[in-house]
Amino acid sequence: MQLKQKVISLPNEPTPEMIREQTLYKELGLKSEEYEQIIHHLKRLPTWTELGIYSVMWSEHCSYKNSKTLLKQFPTQGSRVLQGPGEGAGVIDIGDEQAVVFKIESHNHPSAVEPFQGAATGVGGIIRDVFSMGARPIALLNSLRFGDLKSSARVRYLFEQVVAGIAHYGNCMGIPTVGGEVVFDPSYEGNPLVNAMCVGLLKHDELQKGVAQGVGNPVIYVGARTGRDGIHGATFASEELNETSESKRPAVQVGDPFMEKLLLEACMEMVEQKDLLLGIQDMGAAGLTCSSAEMAAKGGYGMDLNLDLVPRREQGMTPYEIMLSESQERMLLVVEQGRESEVQAICDKWGLTSAVIGRVSEGDRYRLFFQGELVADIPLRTLVDAAPCYVQAQKVPDYYRENESVCPEEQLQHIDPQVGLHQVVSSVNLASKRWIYQQYDHMVQASTAVCPGSDAAVIAIRGTDKALAMSTDGNARYVYLDPVQGGRIAVAEAARNVVCTGAEPLGLTDCLNFGSPEKPEVYWQLAGAIQGMSEACQELNTPVVGGNVSLYNETKGQAIYPTPVVGMVGLITSRKHIMTQSFKQAGDVILLLGETLAELGGSELQSLVTGKISGRPPVLDLEKEKKVQQVVLHAIRHGFVHSAHDLAEGGLAMSLAESCIAGGLGANVTAKTQLSALTYLFSESQSRILLSVPENQAWHLIALAEDMGVKCTHLGEVIEVPEMRICINGESVIHESVQELTRKYEEAIPCAMSPSLTSTN
Amino acid sequence: MHFAVPIFPGSNCDRDTIHAIEDVLDQPVTAVWHQDSDLKKFDAIIIPGGFSYGDYLRTGALAAQSPIMEGIREAADQGKLVLGICNGFQILLETGLLPGAMRRNDHLQFRCSISRLSVENTQTPFTLGFSQGEQIRIPIAHIEGNYYCDEETLQELQQKGQIIFRYAGENPNGSIDYIAGICNERRNVLGMMPHPERAIFDWMGSTDGVKLFTSMLQYWKENNGAA
Repeated sequence: MQLKQKVISLPNEPTPEMIREQTLYKELGLKSEEYEQIIHHLKRLPTWTELGIYSVMWSEHCSYKNSKTLLKQFPTQGSRVLQGPGEGAGVIDIGDEQAVVFKIESHNHPSAVEPFQGAATGVGGIIRDVFSMGARPIALLNSLRFGDLKSSARVRYLFEQVVAGIAHYGNCMGIPTVGGEVVFDPSYEGNPLVNAMCVGLLKHDELQKGVAQGVGNPVIYVGARTGRDGIHGATFASEELNETSESKRPAVQVGDPFMEKLLLEACMEMVEQKDLLLGIQDMGAAGLTCSSAEMAAKGGYGMDLNLDLVPRREQGMTPYEIMLSESQERMLLVVEQGRESEVQAICDKWGLTSAVIGRVSEGDRYRLFFQGELVADIPLRTLVDAAPCYVQAQKVPDYYRENESVCPEEQLQHIDPQVGLHQVVSSVNLASKRWIYQQYDHMVQASTAVCPGSDAAVIAIRGTDKALAMSTDGNARYVYLDPVQGGRIAVAEAARNVVCTGAEPLGLTDCLNFGSPEKPEVYWQLAGAIQGMSEACQELNTPVVGGNVSLYNETKGQAIYPTPVVGMVGLITSRKHIMTQSFKQAGDVILLLGETLAELGGSELQSLVTGKISGRPPVLDLEKEKKVQQVVLHAIRHGFVHSAHDLAEGGLAMSLAESCIAGGLGANVTAKTQLSALTYLFSESQSRILLSVPENQAWHLIALAEDMGVKCTHLGEVIEVPEMRICINGESVIHESVQELTRKYEEAIPCAMSPSLTSTN
Repeated sequence: MHFAVPIFPGSNCDRDTIHAIEDVLDQPVTAVWHQDSDLKKFDAIIIPGGFSYGDYLRTGALAAQSPIMEGIREAADQGKLVLGICNGFQILLETGLLPGAMRRNDHLQFRCSISRLSVENTQTPFTLGFSQGEQIRIPIAHIEGNYYCDEETLQELQQKGQIIFRYAGENPNGSIDYIAGICNERRNVLGMMPHPERAIFDWMGSTDGVKLFTSMLQYWKENNGAA
């Protein structure tokens, strides 16, 4: 490559002077002071191409400039952690030279304007993050938020298309979508959330990193050709949605899962040839720019790229477009010089395009050549390490103060418990998600031991007796009412879900979906949530090994509820410990671990009855939480337990109903409490787990709980008659057939979707 | 009994199928790339599920043009056992080894669930271990499983006992006559939408797929005198 020292500006593009005079950098989402910093780094005015590169590398999506200082609180280390945040995905040791790889990521803004492709490519992107680590993807999960399902046709359209898009991508890839959660709430009306998580499995010696090494080594492009789709997707993702967002449709990529399947298999073959790959990184957000710059920066090298060699699907693409395209299904590799043909041979077998597009260089220059000219020459570290970092102002919102005096229990006492039960069971937030997960192939790979619909999904690991439990969780209402408590609960509940399947929580990945950090009230929410999550991670020994931040989730100046989503993975040491929530046998004793307090603030019942949430959310005592989890895990591993189910939204009433519905059995419950029957049944107090145990084992459990200082209440027994009978303080408050509850539970979402064209249910 | 599992670009149940043969039958199995057409050394072929060629054009249509189909056709002609599961069934329809065609599910959505089937004919190499009319549970996962054929073909399938599996209870895709699986007249080629390889261990939720694999092995042993 002939070296020309002077960077040229291309015709048809704004000149460096025009950019400055007309403040065109603002169009790319850069602030004036950021533009000045770029000039400082380059020691001259940036060209349009260079400015584009800085703008995506310094976007919130790539640089975490608004959240970095807060994220430092997360514990990221642990004896099992092989790779924490900073690579494509986190990696945790699970013994036998195996490791689990996982990460969650948002695709909110694309899904808001083009739900099918937005969701599909969200899945595609997170899958690439996992297999770029050398892992074979074994499971997908997701976490979705939409506006009110019943009142808005637009919401039904978004929901239907997002689910279809996720199904389209995951099913074709042959990766089971085994779990997830979905919440409908007006706060997400204009800004739905689509978070996708992928879990993979690798042997320790297959672990790959996104790093460029060795001067002169080739940089190889593999996969789909580059088009004009998704240009500036990362920048788009870092802005508020507004009326002009529809015009950002071109910033949404179009996915081809077939292409990605070929890319996956080709990469797996390269990984199997143990010493072939020196570095591999997905071209995801900010496309070729981010992958190449990060790989070079991590390796401590420079990089020269010849953009004429980049495979393209359209003619006349400019360097700006090539570098900023977010075309899907592309991977960037670095191999030792002389081994290009081995990569080529594998790509040829799978019918994939591949091309050497550059070389690793000495020093710190990131140089791009196009038609023989130097079109960008940037000190690399300034792209990756010198991104601006902001600590924003915080302000306690007025609503938080006003909520101090609200007493949610009083608001709800007029509700008859049986009516309350009907309401929560048929709430689209709590009802069966079968309509969704039956569209996902959740059994491909023939490893799914616990299907969607229980507390967490379980995937068996072939060739071992082990299994992995996984769950996504996040209750934004609690976070809204109290960010610190809500943050703790997000982590604790995800861990509790995993524990209820018989797994020890290993670690988590998080996706922080918030409004604009430039609003002091939103930044207060973000800071509080991260603090609460960090505390819970510390106490429960679940390090954060990766994640994603999605800010600016706002429409018309209105932020979504602060929504941190936690993706938790746990290890089950033996398949015989796999536990589910369904009641298994009449005569089993029903026990409740944990304490029930008057905590209806932010509860599902409050939201259903009053149409809004207020007061304070449940309080999470981390020490109690840890003990409850220990008791349950110990009991499951010692075979005392027939079913375990986390108490969450809808409280004890909902959990009892779910265990009955799943098992097709009834329950006879008699409880004494100082609380009202309604509060006792629908309070969402944390750190509670519902167990059913064989009668002759119950004393073991009661003794174990006592030893550990965990409150254990004998509630009643599982009965053959499929009826839910609840008697509180001597008064019968609920008597309902399980068939009727099942009908309400199963029909809620299909009924809400029936106006939709493609629904038959 | 040596099995071949053909792999097309986009196959995604190939590994599951190979594992099922290993785990259930403990017999040798080889993954064969779709560009190889020589399958002479194999005793049976199982075309796995997935999205060969991304389902572009029509499900199974592009795979049906692969070189390996020659070898599969040859094996079928020789009376060797050929089983097509899900996308494998779609491919067998596209090659004409089985009659009829697939349409999109009548509700237009992908459907994954454990379906109840009834075994309609046990006089085949694939079902000899089942009892007539036996109700079994096998997972399905497809968006194009709505089997269709003309009236004349349907009558022929019915009269010649070529309908092997029917959905019992709910029909998950709208297929004609509740058809879930059919064989050819000679009964050595079976296509089925449900995935028996996903029902071989208790922890999977059903073990009803086991008998399909053991039936194949039993048939082969009886006809080849091998132990």
